[in-house]
Amino acid sequence: MAAHLSSGRVNLTALREAGRRELREFLDKCAGSKAIVWDEYLTGPFGLIAQYSLLKEHEVEKMFTLKPGRLPQADVKNIIFFVRPKLELMDIITDNVLREDRGRSPQRDFHILFVPRRSLLCEQWLKEQGVLGSFIHREQYSLDLIPFDGDLLSMESESAFKECYLESDQTSLYHAAKGLMTLQALYGTIPQIFGKGECARHVANMMIRMKREFPGSQNSIFPVFDTLLLLDRNVDLLTPLATQLTYEGLIDEIYGIQNTYVKLPPEKFAPKKQGEGGKDLPTEPKKLQLNSAEELYAEIRDKNFNAVGSVLSKKAKIISAAFEERHHAKTVGEIKQFVSQLPHMQAARSSLANHTSIAELIKDITTSEDFFDNLTVEQEFMSGIDTDKVNNYIEDCIAQKHPLIKILRLVCLQSICNSGLKQKVLDYYKREILQTYGYEHILTLNNLEKAGLLKPQTSGRNNYPTIRKTLRLWMDDVNEQNPNDISYVYSGYAPLSVRLAQLLARPGWRSIEEVLKMLPGPHFEERQQLPTGLQKKRQHGENRVTLVFFLGGVTYAEIAALRFLSQMEDGGTEYVIATTKLINGTSWIKSLMEKLEPAPF
Amino acid sequence: MSRARADEEEYWHSSKFRAFTFDDEDDELSQLKESKRAVNSLRDIVDDDDDLERVSWSGEPVGSISWSIKETASSSTSSLEGHDSSLQKGSSSYAAFPKQASSYSLSSLFKGRNKLPSFQSLSDALSDTGVKNYAPELRRPRAEYKDYSSDWSPKDTVIRMQRGKVCSLERFRSLQDKLVLLDEAVAGHDGNVITAVLIFLKRTLRREILFRELEVRQVALCHLIHFLKETGEQKFLLDLLRFLDRTEEVAVSIPRRRSSLFSVKRECSGQGDVGCRVSSSQARALHPHFSLWGLVPSKSMRTDCAPFPSLQLSQYREHLNIQDVEKRREFLKGCIGLPFSAEDTSHIQDHYTLLERQIIIEANDRHLETAGQSEIFRKYPRKASILNMPLVTTLFYSCFYHYTEAEGMFSSPTNLKKTFKIPDKQYVLTALAARAKLRAWDDVDALFTTKNWLGYTKKKAPIGFHRVVEILQRNNAPVQVLQEYVRLVEDVETRLNLATKYKCHDVVIETYRDLKDRVQLTAYKCKVERGSAEEEKINSILNNMQIRWKN
Repeated sequence: MAAHLSSGRVNLTALREAGRRELREFLDKCAGSKAIVWDEYLTGPFGLIAQYSLLKEHEVEKMFTLKPGRLPQADVKNIIFFVRPKLELMDIITDNVLREDRGRSPQRDFHILFVPRRSLLCEQWLKEQGVLGSFIHREQYSLDLIPFDGDLLSMESESAFKECYLESDQTSLYHAAKGLMTLQALYGTIPQIFGKGECARHVANMMIRMKREFPGSQNSIFPVFDTLLLLDRNVDLLTPLATQLTYEGLIDEIYGIQNTYVKLPPEKFAPKKQGEGGKDLPTEPKKLQLNSAEELYAEIRDKNFNAVGSVLSKKAKIISAAFEERHHAKTVGEIKQFVSQLPHMQAARSSLANHTSIAELIKDITTSEDFFDNLTVEQEFMSGIDTDKVNNYIEDCIAQKHPLIKILRLVCLQSICNSGLKQKVLDYYKREILQTYGYEHILTLNNLEKAGLLKPQTSGRNNYPTIRKTLRLWMDDVNEQNPNDISYVYSGYAPLSVRLAQLLARPGWRSIEEVLKMLPGPHFEERQQLPTGLQKKRQHGENRVTLVFFLGGVTYAEIAALRFLSQMEDGGTEYVIATTKLINGTSWIKSLMEKLEPAPF
Repeated sequence: MSRARADEEEYWHSSKFRAFTFDDEDDELSQLKESKRAVNSLRDIVDDDDDLERVSWSGEPVGSISWSIKETASSSTSSLEGHDSSLQKGSSSYAAFPKQASSYSLSSLFKGRNKLPSFQSLSDALSDTGVKNYAPELRRPRAEYKDYSSDWSPKDTVIRMQRGKVCSLERFRSLQDKLVLLDEAVAGHDGNVITAVLIFLKRTLRREILFRELEVRQVALCHLIHFLKETGEQKFLLDLLRFLDRTEEVAVSIPRRRSSLFSVKRECSGQGDVGCRVSSSQARALHPHFSLWGLVPSKSMRTDCAPFPSLQLSQYREHLNIQDVEKRREFLKGCIGLPFSAEDTSHIQDHYTLLERQIIIEANDRHLETAGQSEIFRKYPRKASILNMPLVTTLFYSCFYHYTEAEGMFSSPTNLKKTFKIPDKQYVLTALAARAKLRAWDDVDALFTTKNWLGYTKKKAPIGFHRVVEILQRNNAPVQVLQEYVRLVEDVETRLNLATKYKCHDVVIETYRDLKDRVQLTAYKCKVERGSAEEEKINSILNNMQIRWKN
């Protein structure tokens, strides 16, 4: 279950283990049998930390989903609510508690575990409803950074970007800093901190402040990370808007990966056994876990999709050959050996079957005319063509009422690649969108403007071409099969964020001062003193380890690009990635859209 | 109009841009097919059920948390039958669950080792190993146990609150103390604490004073606004926004004035990191447009990127909570007077006018439909009401049901077009889609026919005839109709492509004739039916001695 966490350069099992221990300690505080009532959003992230078995060992007998009404009649001593600190959830809890049958014996004890933080606001709210006193333990579980893979951590804080840029609420940055303190407690103080952007500056300040305020936190662990790079999402608003073209990126774009799981249409996965032809096709989506524990997936996830087919077919040949071996097995010993390999071969076959099916599903979409047209426009914009006038394809899409998010992604992309749209162009798009999708979307357009994704060109000057050229964001000679540059992840466009990381490692940011000034927010460097004796003496040829923290979200394609840099032979740096949330253009824009349905209560 | 297909292809091959296509289409496809075949053929060899980690149908390994919730919940609800109807409803979704046909969890497969279908997972086995030992104690820093006096400084109070300790704030009595406390909270960036302090201030300060102080504390202000929104204190919120608005009525018109932006920027960045405070009217001028590539004042995020919702939009937003259309219309009417930017005002005015129209049309049409007099409503019953639909949808509706009405009628398409200044393109597209759906080909024809002053007719389409063809084709127009418009496609390549695709033989033949392309024309002969009029036509053209073929 967790072996994939230790496969990378930094063993993230320790982080998971720390999380598990904290959970056990809390459960043991509530003596006796228990039932957990879950805020449904949390089950995914928690699943990456612990399985039911752990809870069961600590006398958790029942688990329910949080919903209004009476709690089920489970015969347990404790009822524990695992919730995010949200007011609407407090209302449900209040309802649950008030409806509890006071006459029942024995009485059940209530507890709340807030994830990731206790909230005074929520407790105040519970107090006003007159139920605060019903809770014996009110604690917090700081699930800040959750290990997703051997080189990937996420806070899974969906609204972090929106809160920082629309609501000016920097609580998620505070959590990020907390998470980094935890990480340092486990893996040693990180000697060098670099950053770009306002949020990055804040996080670095908070880290330094926290360190000052807890002198006890000075630890004597040999530092695992050499460098921390903090990057604001708003330094690079462009990248998430482009369609990711890696295998994993496309799975996420098309089906959405949630907490390493993806749900796929079942048709392609129907078991085709002989004699069962008439059986009904499964109707529930097929759910698969995707992480580096699966050998084949680890090999193809970060490849450009155009390079996936050949790998799959190579694998197919190898497996077929392996199964053919059985005809040659003559002696008992040979047969025995064949049989002993069977489970592994079966596993490989099953994995191959799954990914062949997924690749087919994706191929159906990537070969469609609309996908092609959409990509054409994206690539035109990113390479600087016709960004200053109304685009025909976008106009057509609006006329045919394609999904609004798709339109917004393209218009925002155009706006960014032109350092803002001409007022006339912007007004035209807005008008078309409002007339076609409804005037109430003026609220969403307003949000996008506030976040800087959509805006009128202010200075009459377009900075994007300079940035593109200096950072080499557009590469003409991209090699999708055997890439030699990170631009392969978008078939031509090199993600700006990752380019910044790459240039920081070599030759250093001093070489791009001018461009850094064009990008929003300050760039800075901080050093954290290490006690003598912990200073690293680097072995010759040993790679540095850099933790890149994306504040406001990161895409799978960006992760792939960083992994590509890690694997470069003369790269000299290996990367571990942390983020507030794994995003793609669609989920990101969605988080910024005004919710148009009234709240359900 | 968009580049024609063939052009595009050439463009991609010849230019530096790379489209996302498979280099060798067939080869790629066959590669996938190959692995598929291999996989399928292997199915017969291996029987796959045994010895693998069990996974429920939803794909989650048996024993994962979300699986267990369903599992334990379903077992407990079954004992509850009849007790609580709401619960019953909730559990109905679990009914489908027991279908735990076993499949595989990939992770277990790749290990290639046999596992018991128990709740034991690999990670549990790991927990006893050394990992545990070098993971240090993470929780309580020692400082927490330290002292226990009640005389915390504002800073200590904030730190304690950040750690989730309960603190009494009552001893902060003077305004001065309260403000220091607030500033400390803001400096800590923990929204939780900031909000808690704000609740305290809200309770203990007079409104005007609170508002006045918040006006120069943008971050705190945003938190309060957010808090009020979330707790639904609309009245208090509007008071606050009104207060802020009153002090800067001038500012409403500022956002588009670039020059003032720059001067504010310079002022800001001169003031250092923490103490930078821009007056709220300046902040208002800045907020909607803080820019991406280089316009952002570097050290003043707390103010200029603290965009608080404008009073107008937040009020306009309220209409979404009004279900009753009449009330919603009244509410929107009230919004028109608010000082939006010029362009927003026109959108909101349009929104109001549209809803007003929809209410009239809806009442009228519902009457027509129930009376059963009108043929169109009998033949094509309405699927939903037109209320609250977007403008273009409304236009489609009106082109569908009210196409021939005089301009004076509210429900007539021309009236809508005039009232909302719908661009020609948009109008033609919508009308075309609606009339094509009704297979009213004469209307389609009329849509593109223009007369010049001499009385000659001419075909013109603001959207390009290839788009017309696509829309017609999607509505299953007969070849005769389709052909007429394919012929009008100007670009020869596109015309040929469309004609071939939709089997408009005449157009193909004529085009090849005009191109004097004997080779292609001869080749096309095999695409038409033997002995048909088309074949005859090809033959007669090929035999025409007057044509000077280019090949």
